Amino acid sequence: MRQLITFIRKEFLHVLRDRKTLLMLFGLPIAQIVLFGFALSNEIKNSRIAVVDYSKDPTTTRLISKIAASDYFDIQRSLASADQLHTAFKKGDIKMAVIFPASFGDDLTHTGKATMQVIADASDPNQATTITNYLSQIVTDYNTELAKDAGQPMQINPETQMMYNPELRGAPNFVPGVMALVLMLVCTMMTSVAIVKEKELGTMEILLVSPFKPVYIIISKLAPNLLISVLNLFIILFLSWLFLDLPVKGSLVLLVTCSILFILTSLSIGLLLSINARTQQAAMMGSLMGMMLPTLLLTGFLFPIENMPLALQLLSNLVPSRWYFIIVKRVMLKGLGITAIWREMLILTGMCILLFTISLKKFKIRLQ
Amino acid sequence: MINLTNIKKSYNKGQIPAVSNINLSVDRGELFGLIGPDGAGKTTLFRILTTLLLPDEGSATVDGLDVVKDYARIRSRVGYMPGRFSLYQDLTIEENLNFFATVFGTTIKENYHLIEEIYQQIEPFKDRRAGKLSGGMKQKLALCCALIHKPTVLFLDEPTTGVDVVSRKEFWDMLQRLKQEGITILVSTPYMDEANRCDRIALIQKGSILSIDTPKGIVDAFPQNLYAVRSTKTHQLLRDVREYPDTDSCFAFGESLHVTFKGDPQPLIPYLNKKGQTDATMEKIAPGIEDCFIHLLNN
Repeated sequence: MRQLITFIRKEFLHVLRDRKTLLMLFGLPIAQIVLFGFALSNEIKNSRIAVVDYSKDPTTTRLISKIAASDYFDIQRSLASADQLHTAFKKGDIKMAVIFPASFGDDLTHTGKATMQVIADASDPNQATTITNYLSQIVTDYNTELAKDAGQPMQINPETQMMYNPELRGAPNFVPGVMALVLMLVCTMMTSVAIVKEKELGTMEILLVSPFKPVYIIISKLAPNLLISVLNLFIILFLSWLFLDLPVKGSLVLLVTCSILFILTSLSIGLLLSINARTQQAAMMGSLMGMMLPTLLLTGFLFPIENMPLALQLLSNLVPSRWYFIIVKRVMLKGLGITAIWREMLILTGMCILLFTISLKKFKIRLQ
Repeated sequence: MINLTNIKKSYNKGQIPAVSNINLSVDRGELFGLIGPDGAGKTTLFRILTTLLLPDEGSATVDGLDVVKDYARIRSRVGYMPGRFSLYQDLTIEENLNFFATVFGTTIKENYHLIEEIYQQIEPFKDRRAGKLSGGMKQKLALCCALIHKPTVLFLDEPTTGVDVVSRKEFWDMLQRLKQEGITILVSTPYMDEANRCDRIALIQKGSILSIDTPKGIVDAFPQNLYAVRSTKTHQLLRDVREYPDTDSCFAFGESLHVTFKGDPQPLIPYLNKKGQTDATMEKIAPGIEDCFIHLLNN
């Protein structure tokens, strides 16, 4: 035990004395938060939506079938009442809901004017704006069509409401993304570099020729990185609360627990990378290319996964940050509890145990 | 104490042979030297003995323990100093020593008497980071770290490479004293002049052992008379001596040539004079380890 503590203390000394790396480690999340404030907008196809039709007349039926025919929308279900909407939104089953009031058909025939309601899940503001715009376009087209048929102007007004993030701020979406990205990068890179450094300097040779157990070497290497990552997590949460006005809506304990789970998964990946890398550069490149790209592309915070080709969608299931991203969005932004995220937690736990076991088994007790 | 039987090892799936057919045994309390140039296979043997590499063929024991099966027990009782300086550059002298003492489950205090003499020389700099030390001080610190747990066998892979002459001499003096403590020492070096400080040596080249004996035994086994030939025009001298019909071997050793003959050496000087080497001299000398090494290589 005393050996382990000494070893862990030594690891902390390495980290603390490498000022440049330390600066980078804590500068990274801050820079990311600033940078990703300017997120990108993209075309979004096959958004899942729900339709509630209280009117049930020929005009609404025709409009609904037009919406259904468009590439942009995929009508997930038609609900009998608007009460069920909240559940569907919270579960993440739908991105938008279209509601036709009971008086819709009458209003249109008698006054030539009618209002429909459009509710969008704005926790991803870019997506919400884009899909409501798509819908408005369909409705405008339909207006012209109706006017031609009736020989007089017809006016259907979509009344848009943004839910969860009415001001359409970008922050709610990119903060979970930055969390996933930063934690993943810091953990994999630091761990793999820390172990490969010992190999490169030749100190691994001495460590192996000592009574110190390999599993202790691993634990000591992971300990400082775990602490730094948790520290980073709190910095990000604090920054988003202070500057982005984005507090943790759900349970902080749950969020931190899930984050530690994700951190451990990332640490295991770093461990795995270090086993085959021979130089620090190789380890660094491996973590950057091997982890940053998949995390950026397949997590879902820059590009919606729903729009990707099937092969990429399947591939994204293997990216741990994808699941973590969902968890953070639900707990931090929507304030949901463990019942909403237990599946994702289970997947992360499975990944973590699997990766750690593999890296433990593969850890070389000799030089070859 | 150390036994190697028919050890063979190659890298890259057999494509690069490292050592083959190595048979060697080191007695308890012996200071044994592996002497050979870079790439001879010394480090490979060290890594096999310290359980870091598995041999392809053959078996080896250290302190009666098999290097493959009992690797964990070997690791807790040997001291190993790899060829490259392998301590933490960003930790101070004291932190490095403390760390290795703890990793081996001991304290600096417990075995201080073993390292005292060496440590006193670097103690004034104990708060200096290891990366900022001179070559000689680094080696002293590395030796302290390898000794701190009172190993039964000490493996030193080229401990004096890149160290100044004075520090090298001090280092070998220390090894002599450690021997008095009953520690078995296996040390490798590419410097032939250090061979004389060992009890016994093995000359090794291209992965095979050429000879194992005491330094004196190896020198005594030199079968011919050896002569040193000198003149001011060294470069031309080498060519001329090699052209002399009775010359057996001729190598440049610093200022002079070391020459052995098939026949009578005496007519060489008149022969050289005729070639214009008017100041050429020749004297009979006792062979050194390096002469023996070259002789063994050529036969």
